[in-house]
Amino acid sequence: MEFHRNHIISMKDFTRDEIDYILDRAGKLESLARSGRSDILSGKILALLFYEPSTRTRMSFETAMLRLGGNVLNLGSKDASSVIKGETLADTIRVISTYSDAIVLRHTSEGAAQMAMEFSSVPIINGGDGAGHHPTQTLLDLYTIKRESSLEHPDVAIVGDLKYGRTVHSLTYALSLYGANITFVSPQQLKMPDQIIGDLKARGAHVNETENLDQVLNNIDVLYMTRIQKERFPDPTEYNKVANAYKITNKQLAHVRQNMIIMHPLPRINEIDSSIDNTAHARYFQQSFYGVPIRMALLTIVMGTDI
Amino acid sequence: MNTTRELRVRPIVSGTVIDHIVAGQAINVLRILGITGVSDAVVSMIMNVPSNTLGHKDIVKIENRELKEKEVDKISLISPSTSINIIRDYEVVDKYNVEMPSTVEGMVKCTNPNCISNTNEPVTSKFIVQNDPFRLRCLYCEHVISEQIAQYLL
Ligand SMILES: [Zn+2]
Repeated sequence: MEFHRNHIISMKDFTRDEIDYILDRAGKLESLARSGRSDILSGKILALLFYEPSTRTRMSFETAMLRLGGNVLNLGSKDASSVIKGETLADTIRVISTYSDAIVLRHTSEGAAQMAMEFSSVPIINGGDGAGHHPTQTLLDLYTIKRESSLEHPDVAIVGDLKYGRTVHSLTYALSLYGANITFVSPQQLKMPDQIIGDLKARGAHVNETENLDQVLNNIDVLYMTRIQKERFPDPTEYNKVANAYKITNKQLAHVRQNMIIMHPLPRINEIDSSIDNTAHARYFQQSFYGVPIRMALLTIVMGTDI
Repeated sequence: MNTTRELRVRPIVSGTVIDHIVAGQAINVLRILGITGVSDAVVSMIMNVPSNTLGHKDIVKIENRELKEKEVDKISLISPSTSINIIRDYEVVDKYNVEMPSTVEGMVKCTNPNCISNTNEPVTSKFIVQNDPFRLRCLYCEHVISEQIAQYLL
């Protein structure tokens, strides 16, 4: 398959074939992602433009670019807020795109990457926009499932804040392309929005909802945990109650499927007890690493380089 | 024909008869046309007229004015059944049904306060129009507006 894409904005822009292409390319780059340096993107400059801090996303893009032999212009959140103060994002993008061969943008407003694309002369990769998209996270999640479990009709439970969670909306969309059986596990007040459930069902996705984590735990291949943020709850007692109900400990894993994997976009608060870290189920640290080959794959694709 | 009879009742020399408006939307049609209070326009508005096709409908007649494309597009969003009759010298010289565009630009404000189109960035709002069910999806943040669109018209 030929696949050219100048910008990486939203998961909804991708077909399943295109996602498979990206995952395959990440597979080819994985050993390089672990160590070494190539000259695939030598002479290329990647600008990292982060309007809000995200150490993990920023560092893995940086690592990806360095492993590919390219260079990085790093404009952290401090610089971004002081240097660019008062200037529109549109102007900043117009300027930075003359300094670089591609831009990774993380911004606080939803739709920022889509707008940046309109003003940029180089490829834009969305590193997360407000509560909106975070396509590289979704792609690394899919890659993790593919590598550590299977993307063929997996049974997946997604747990936690499904209402505001940045990552889960595009993840569920992408999983539906793979015929996943998805169970949403969340407290009533953090339920997946009806509109997204409706969209998923309209596309023929298999989705269920429950408030009870123990009910699904023994019948899944993938347990995808997310943070529940304190700020969502005006009442701290209510928060504690909910946070404890959606927390997982080693004890609950006694009867799960043998190959069940546990994922988390990190950082975690206390959703996953550290007693789980050394079990055969834990995959969240591998998941974090897989951000590197996925971002390497995307960088080579947007810059039009064969590997 | 119904329309002709209406025209005979209140004939206008020239201007536009906006017919088959979804009942209750005439006031929003006037808002779209910028007729909100003090104005020189000679306008009549009829609400809840019995209609064969709609059950009830509203009608707006404006003298000496023909509608701009953008105004017609906005009307289509709040009342897809609307028909436009252009009158010159008491004659209907053109009659057509409004048609919903596939995208709308700078017409509707995104309901997501955190959307980039609601900032000081040099962008106008853009929505993809989807049917069955009808809704507008923001090109930038993908938020959806499915009801009370009149409220968000720019
Ligand atoms: Zn929007």
